[in-house]
Amino acid sequence: MSDVVAPEVRDLLPRQNGEVVFDAPWQGRVLAMAVGVVDGLGLEWDEFRQRLIAAIDDDPDRPYYESWTVALDDLVRTHVLRADAGPPP
Amino acid sequence: MSGDHHHPAPLTPVEERAAALEQLLVDKGIVTPEFIDQVVQAYAEDIGPMNGARVVARAWVDADYRERLLADGTAAIAELGYGGPEGDHIVVVENTPDVHNVVVCTLCSCYPWPVLGLPPTWYKSPPYRARMVREPRALLAEMGCPVPADTEIRVWDSSAEVRYLVLPERPAGTESATEDELAGLVTRDAMIGVARL
Repeated sequence: MSDVVAPEVRDLLPRQNGEVVFDAPWQGRVLAMAVGVVDGLGLEWDEFRQRLIAAIDDDPDRPYYESWTVALDDLVRTHVLRADAGPPP
Repeated sequence: MSGDHHHPAPLTPVEERAAALEQLLVDKGIVTPEFIDQVVQAYAEDIGPMNGARVVARAWVDADYRERLLADGTAAIAELGYGGPEGDHIVVVENTPDVHNVVVCTLCSCYPWPVLGLPPTWYKSPPYRARMVREPRALLAEMGCPVPADTEIRVWDSSAEVRYLVLPERPAGTESATEDELAGLVTRDAMIGVARL
């Protein structure tokens, strides 16, 4: 998915506002995995978002990226593991 | 690639789960470690407050653009080439001397990624979500953003349907600044509404 950020846009961007947005590397990786699964399987982003909302709702005090991981796990179970039996058309 | 790094500390359960998911997705050929690195890099460095800053700077220098931005945020932001996951239905709310806008998501974490990058940790915290609704003036002051007593504070609750972006007031004394210079003044926090420029 090379269009995550188009190079022509990237070159225009001022950098003063840059900042670290992850507390730990795994947080960035679970973020990217969700993007990759949605993109790679041609799903709607909403498939992930609704799971994230449900995961947060399930345990509002759980750290954000842990809920994210729960949602990703569920997405993978539904669309990767269960789909193994018979691929969609 | 980080596969050859030595990890002296044991992985936490969530790190183990993340690593197992990554291994599975790589084995299935759905993602590659390089893809993950690339996305992380993009969100950490390229997508993010800088995009929103460019939107704000354009609105400050181009009255027609500002009007389009306030009328249809998503379309006007797309004009600059920004969009993607969580970028649908962005509504831009404008600060004025009389009104200060601030954004929260009481439900979970809704946030306009393509223009603001990933949400900061405090944005996702239950105390921020609860208090910004209940006592915005006190919380803003605590966050280093005192709002004048005669300025109305409007709190916007983001949802899966609508994401809000605050258009801050252009700082005084920037009349001769270029659009690029102006973009450099705009901070993420100002576009959430927890800072004033």
